[in-house]
Amino acid sequence: MNKRFEKHVDGRNDLFIPFVVAGDPTEETTINLALMLQEEGANAIELGIPYSDPLADGPVIQRASLRALEHGMSLEKAMGLVKQMREKGLEIPVVIFTYYNLLLQLGEERFFALVRENDIDGLLVPDLPFEESEDWRESCNANETALISLVAPTTSDKRLQAISKEATGFLYCVSSLGVTGTRTDFHSSVFTFLDRVKEHSMIPVAVGFGVSAPEQVEKLKEHCDGVIVGSAIIRQVEEQVEVLKKEASQKEGIDQIRAYVRNLISPYGKVKIHS
Amino acid sequence: MSTSVPDQRGRYGRYGGKYVPETAMYALEELEQSLNEAMADEKFMTSYHEELKKYSGRPTPITHAENLSKRLGGAQIYLKREDLNHTGAHKLNNAIGQALLAVRMGKEKIVAETGAGQHGVAAATVAARFGLECKVFMGEEDIRRQELNVFRMKLLGAEVVPVSSGSKTLKDATNEAIRYWVANVEDTFYLIGSVVGPHPYPKMVRDFQRVIGDESREQMEALPDKVIACVGGGSNAMGMFYPFLKDDVCLIGVEAAGKGIHTGEHAATLSEGRLGVIHGSITYLLQNETGQIQEPHSISAGLDYPGIGPEHAYLNETGRVTYTGITDNEALHALKVLSEEEGIIPAIESAHALSEAIKQAPDMNENEVILVCLSGRGDKDVHTIMEHLGGDVNE
Repeated sequence: MNKRFEKHVDGRNDLFIPFVVAGDPTEETTINLALMLQEEGANAIELGIPYSDPLADGPVIQRASLRALEHGMSLEKAMGLVKQMREKGLEIPVVIFTYYNLLLQLGEERFFALVRENDIDGLLVPDLPFEESEDWRESCNANETALISLVAPTTSDKRLQAISKEATGFLYCVSSLGVTGTRTDFHSSVFTFLDRVKEHSMIPVAVGFGVSAPEQVEKLKEHCDGVIVGSAIIRQVEEQVEVLKKEASQKEGIDQIRAYVRNLISPYGKVKIHS
Repeated sequence: MSTSVPDQRGRYGRYGGKYVPETAMYALEELEQSLNEAMADEKFMTSYHEELKKYSGRPTPITHAENLSKRLGGAQIYLKREDLNHTGAHKLNNAIGQALLAVRMGKEKIVAETGAGQHGVAAATVAARFGLECKVFMGEEDIRRQELNVFRMKLLGAEVVPVSSGSKTLKDATNEAIRYWVANVEDTFYLIGSVVGPHPYPKMVRDFQRVIGDESREQMEALPDKVIACVGGGSNAMGMFYPFLKDDVCLIGVEAAGKGIHTGEHAATLSEGRLGVIHGSITYLLQNETGQIQEPHSISAGLDYPGIGPEHAYLNETGRVTYTGITDNEALHALKVLSEEEGIIPAIESAHALSEAIKQAPDMNENEVILVCLSGRGDKDVHTIMEHLGGDVNE
């Protein structure tokens, strides 16, 4: 079992798991965003690796990926950023969020060497469904790395059972069909779906895809153990992109995003540690 | 040599599979189940074959290219005339099959991706025929390049959705079509255009295209010595090769070598690509060192795809099919030769297969036979051909 997950994620019901794209718009921004998010109460960070063909992602994350790819971000470089985050005081678990092709090209051996070298805690591969993931599941277990599984409202009971039996870290519930991106409201069936997942799951259950308002977080509170916030944060990054690119104004940009995040997860009433 | 691929998991050896987001798994399960039921239903298959006959004009003939064969002074070249199919290419065989399946599944809408617009036109055609709503995703770059096909699709009542993500071409249109499908699976069927994508798509498209090879086997007096077809994603080749896999026939797939393999501007996936995942399937693809998918190049939009169907990757590995490359210029030359010798203007895609036949025929005996899959007609390419030949046919 991964120690950072044990300390920061296990047994909690107020999980805030933000997603940032490595290198969007600069490496330094990503490092400072991660540290800010920890200060605001994040329990884990999903570090998104930019990809040319992100099948599960909507336009916001697609654009972020392009911004990061423009200056040559890669899976290996992104994993190296985690080391710098750790040196600056990041204690919460980091999950590498990467499409399968990038992982295949890096190779299993190299990936886990980098996991150890850079104190990485988890792996999430959006296009590696349960049926194709057996080998990676084994090697993740052997390397004390959580392999985050996804379930969707259309996931059958049979698959839900099989998936939750093997799931580690937290169980990622996709709130609705389609791609990542902000939605104004959830379909009411999402709550029955979450209750169904909670019944099966032995580990914390978090919801992602479309979480972008404190009202949603409030409503979701009693049906799951936390929220995953991606596009909503990336949209903030996009709005501040020029400010974030310049060293002199970067802190100002990060603080804007901090204010947004603080409001978004206010229903959790987390204790804030101010730097 | 076993032909019992794919296996239960949709694998052709180590290729294929279902590498898609969890949100797409239900849609694929539903499709797989309906497909299996339909293929086992005699009534469904009868209506598919009836439609091929009465709507599309099948069987397509085989033409002996006598003048061309004589000029080359070697093997006899025969052409399987998929260009005589309704809408001018083999694409409709598959579109009819999938549209009938969509109707059977109770879907009211279809989505499709298109590069140059040929599959988009086929999808729009069957949508009109079967009363389905149709959205075709097409890269903004391609929309600009293929104005006429965009208009054809609109004329057929389809909506053309411009795709501005990524490189704004076929691979991005495919991503966008999959994204849309997954979000709207309840009433929408994704009509894929080639033997690519997650299982069961490569198998389904092969099974709806095998009519090309099945007819050919019946029409030829004896088994040909060689069968040649062009390969982008690889649907006409797969349809042509599949019924010949167990025969003593040399099968040759021709990839687009673009401006030449050494220039880096080509679509020669098998010879220059590496193993990876594209559009839900493990196969060979053109990618950079770290795994970002690269844009291919070919003069023919239909071969301009950075991946290749997983079954082709498998047949390449087992050695059952030999894959070669033909450049833009070689294809253009073959196109001119066939036009002059036989009065048939082939699609530039098909001209790649023909060019390989022209290369090989002189080294063969006069009593040997090469069968070429002439997958489409060249009318759609006249503008491109004119640009490249500078308007002067005699150079």
